Amino acid sequence: MKTKILFVLCATIVIASCATVATGPKAPTDTEIVEALKSSFKETATAKIDRLDQSELQRACSIAAEIGKDLDPKVRESLQAKALAGVKYPADNKYLGDWKRGESIAQSGRGLQFSDAANTVAGGNCYACHQIDKAEISHGNIGPTLWNYGKLRGGSEPILKYTWARIWNSHAFNACANMPRFGDAGILTEAQMKDVMALLLDPESPVNK
Amino acid sequence: MKRFIAAALALCALPLAAQQDAQKEIERYRQLLADGNPAELLEMRGEGLWKQKRGPKNVSLEQCDLGIGAGKIEGAYAQLPRYFADVDRVMDAESRIVHCQMSLQGFTREELTRRPYSLTQGERQTDHEALTAYVVGLSRGVKVALPQGHPKEKESYLRGEKMFFYKGGPYDFACSTCHGVDGQRIRLQDLPNFQKPDNAQRAFTTWPAYRVSQGAMRTMQWRLYDCFRQQRFPELAFLSQASVDLITYMGVKAQGGTMDSPAIKR
Repeated sequence: MKTKILFVLCATIVIASCATVATGPKAPTDTEIVEALKSSFKETATAKIDRLDQSELQRACSIAAEIGKDLDPKVRESLQAKALAGVKYPADNKYLGDWKRGESIAQSGRGLQFSDAANTVAGGNCYACHQIDKAEISHGNIGPTLWNYGKLRGGSEPILKYTWARIWNSHAFNACANMPRFGDAGILTEAQMKDVMALLLDPESPVNK
Repeated sequence: MKRFIAAALALCALPLAAQQDAQKEIERYRQLLADGNPAELLEMRGEGLWKQKRGPKNVSLEQCDLGIGAGKIEGAYAQLPRYFADVDRVMDAESRIVHCQMSLQGFTREELTRRPYSLTQGERQTDHEALTAYVVGLSRGVKVALPQGHPKEKESYLRGEKMFFYKGGPYDFACSTCHGVDGQRIRLQDLPNFQKPDNAQRAFTTWPAYRVSQGAMRTMQWRLYDCFRQQRFPELAFLSQASVDLITYMGVKAQGGTMDSPAIKR
């Protein structure tokens, strides 16, 4: 009996010491990642630490990208439906502002950066990812070309509403789309959104020539 | 320098030519830039600083252990970040350079981290930038080989991987938004896809780099800091866990690439 107890005791010690000596790498938990991130960033007047708190959609899309798998279709539908339900259409039912102002908004990459002053007027930075007016050759390719956007689609109400919703919150149509929520996240004002709409849809805009 | 300016002017004066032509011109401009790199001057300043007796203890950094033994600098950068037993954690080159200034020379962390980067146009490059330029320059031609044998090295990589895919902020961006797909550009700037070894190697081995548009050499931690600015995250802290882990992640993805830094970029 005594030997048996001794044996068990020894075995326990051996196992316990093995466990401390040969610790392999530990996969980080989600909480650890959030904590590590929060301790790695400093708040500025405009860019607060709570920007690191993920929304349900940000979290689902991060995981999907990491494991290289599409979202579960039900999750996708639910996220898209929520995004669409949150779209606020212009109260006066007027969708098109001034395409010239829209062009400057599309060019400007300012706003919401930790280096920006609180009163900075944000731009849409559309050219960072999209071709829009062909006269601007310095454009990115992360998003599709928007050249002739209105010429190809016309200006019917469904097109106006769809385009508005897409700019307001592109996740309404593709849950993990890369495009920021320009209306939903308060990046652009309603008036600025109308100007960008005009750049895309006004027949007078160079985009539709 | 003349050719430099000529190439820059040529780029500005580009007609509304086809995209391919613009791409070719930019490639040519980049090749011309590689001709003479002002970062060499900064490497020389860094060498002087490294060997100079400085700080409260009045010693040089010549006995600094960058991971391959005290006093050895050649090839050290290509094996960083790595685990250091004396601090029981993983450090990248910039963290280790700061560590050596504290432990050997007696500088305080506060004074070394107050202003690591020269951020305003025309500002003199910082001592940190000069020392980093010197250290990385001595790994030119050396293959990237980050050790991943220690559990903490592996953990740094695993955290870096999670952080790379972490979407957040008002724009919902993660590093992977721009750096996870082939052939993507912001404006005319090509974006490396870190899931592709050749892309990851090209990116990792050419930072730190002299930025012509800013007239200054920028370090890898600055590169991440500026990415997060555009990502609309809060301000990435110098020497932070996320900085080190993301550099570990990128370095492991770039294993086998040949260091060619300080490089020169637009």
